[in-house]
Amino acid sequence: MPKVADFETALTPTWCPGCGNHAMWRALKETLEELELPWTDFAMVWGIGCHGNGADFFRCQGFHSLHGRALPVATGIALSNPDLKVIVEMGDGDGYGIGGNHFIHSVRRNIDMTAIFHNNQIYGLTTGQASPTSDQFMKTPSTPGGVIEEPVNPVGVAVAQGATFVARGFAGDIPHLKELYKAAIQHEGFAVVDVFQPCVTWNKMNTFKWFRDRVYKLEELEGYDVTDRTMAFETSMKTFHELTCAPDECKVPIGIFYREEGAATYQDDLPQLKAPLYKLAEKPRDISKTLESYGG
Amino acid sequence: MATQKTVSATGNAVVADAMRQCKPDVMAAYPITPQTTIVEEFAGFVAKGRVHTEYVTVESEHSAMSACVGASAAGARVMTATSSQGLALMWEELHVASGMRLPIVMANANRALSAPINIHCDHGDAMGARDAGWVMLFAETAQEAYDNTIMATRIAENPAVLLPVMSCLDGFITTHSIDRVDVLDDESVAEFVGEYAPQNALLDIDQPVTHGAFAGLGGPFFEFKRAQRDAMERSREVISSVGAEYSELSGRPFGAVESWGMEDADVAIVVIGSTAGNVRHVARQLRAEGVKAGIVKVRVFRPFPYAELAAALSGVKAVAVLDRAESFGAEGGPLFLEVRSALYDAETRVPVAGYIYGLGGSDVRLELIERVYSDLSDIAAGTAQPGGFVYLGAR
Repeated sequence: MPKVADFETALTPTWCPGCGNHAMWRALKETLEELELPWTDFAMVWGIGCHGNGADFFRCQGFHSLHGRALPVATGIALSNPDLKVIVEMGDGDGYGIGGNHFIHSVRRNIDMTAIFHNNQIYGLTTGQASPTSDQFMKTPSTPGGVIEEPVNPVGVAVAQGATFVARGFAGDIPHLKELYKAAIQHEGFAVVDVFQPCVTWNKMNTFKWFRDRVYKLEELEGYDVTDRTMAFETSMKTFHELTCAPDECKVPIGIFYREEGAATYQDDLPQLKAPLYKLAEKPRDISKTLESYGG
Repeated sequence: MATQKTVSATGNAVVADAMRQCKPDVMAAYPITPQTTIVEEFAGFVAKGRVHTEYVTVESEHSAMSACVGASAAGARVMTATSSQGLALMWEELHVASGMRLPIVMANANRALSAPINIHCDHGDAMGARDAGWVMLFAETAQEAYDNTIMATRIAENPAVLLPVMSCLDGFITTHSIDRVDVLDDESVAEFVGEYAPQNALLDIDQPVTHGAFAGLGGPFFEFKRAQRDAMERSREVISSVGAEYSELSGRPFGAVESWGMEDADVAIVVIGSTAGNVRHVARQLRAEGVKAGIVKVRVFRPFPYAELAAALSGVKAVAVLDRAESFGAEGGPLFLEVRSALYDAETRVPVAGYIYGLGGSDVRLELIERVYSDLSDIAAGTAQPGGFVYLGAR
């Protein structure tokens, strides 16, 4: 079984010192080691963005796809080999903006895979423009007058669209993030893990400190029921509107918002996946006798 | 001539400045390296009130071009900028823009297409869109990128043309290098481009129209396409006259094809974009050594200036075409195919050698250009034949 060091390549990550991606990388490597997943049993897909450079640093079966198109590529992989655990990494621009339609439809399908979103609320790779999750009124080089739109609320969207696993993590808390990753990878169905991953270079607003002053864990919240979709939705909406407020005025929940066990996955509803092509292809069959019966 | 000031600026900065001077009503765009700073710069002009443009940050390039199409159909002067994957994602909308005859002006920072991922210069993005019905201009320098942007506005909006124009500049080499640029005063540019008088605008509520309605099953689709072809053909004359007028205003020459040393050249290189500078440098050195070297730079790719190109190359003994893009499975790169076709009617058959170079920002060193001229001298002397599919400098 691969250990943490086995997941590393000859290349050193090019992420900025202090970037939340380092923590997410480490959390995922440790998760994979602890889950004792053999190399052959999982595949990873990346979109385009700072996170996507991870394709160079992560030694595994991987595919570096196009901006916004990680989920369709992952869907193809998951359906051609349904025995694989498929883990998809995307950014906020990648997964909630340009590829937002794939996000909604993957949730709707409940396709069995894990979708991790590196949510730094900024376009890091193109040097600091507003992203779909940038806070309203945030000033960036592409929005010098401030962002006009409300940000995407990924947790709320996923919960409302019927997602069977929705969690939010924080790159400043690796042990907690690992627990979310483990639960998500083991979940049967589409698992959404939105991760606040501060961009230390371009997002001077949503910093590590900003989050440390605000995050609290849902599992420590008295009376929180992860099987109550309405409660999950209300919680997501509340925090969504309070992101720009002072630390004493609001808190940002992290943890598992919603989980539904036993829901049918997209794979469950495809009977042909019970005998997938890749398995049949391993056993070429001699059909000459059959052909003979047709005179051929 | 207009008042001009000399600035040191990147290609992207002066393209943004030219766009500001053209006063678009709407700009919709999405960040992509190496285009991003054009739109950032422009966003700054909007925020400071230096231009009154509806500036829309959208969620993808597909949305950017869709918004441009909508705004242009409504009667607005519309501009945007993109690069590489962004241009590829716009592909279906590119055809809608030209099919609806919407004079959108778009800067394209030439960058390689995935896969594998690469952010550096080649012309694969623009060449992939060469049949999308857009007028296509290419710049060698930041100066040309600036000038082309202003001319593009006039060409696109000319009532005899009404086609979108793509103004290309080389990613990083031209977009991000600081260059010396002469910039016109705002008033002269405003006067040169004039006010846009849209035809069949959606916002003309007294004359309601529908754009893009179904034209199949015996409908006029075929005739629409011929009308587009006619408009593209008419654009040749418009490009030429706009170029002449702009030359008078700016004091800088403009030609769909620009030649150096072609008066008596034995060997010539045809090239697009920033590499023209490298080629001219080598040609100048070879001239000093007695080699009659020439260069033909193609500044307008669509409509392709086949007559001007054939005229420029008449009398040479061997021609090399440098393509910074592939057309896998074809006899050569896109420019090679055009050049050879343009020479088909020439009275003397000239050998044409094709070279693929600089894909994904692969370095274009002077010795590579020297090698091409050396090959050409051998071909001209009859001691060698053009070799097929040469990847110049590939390891």
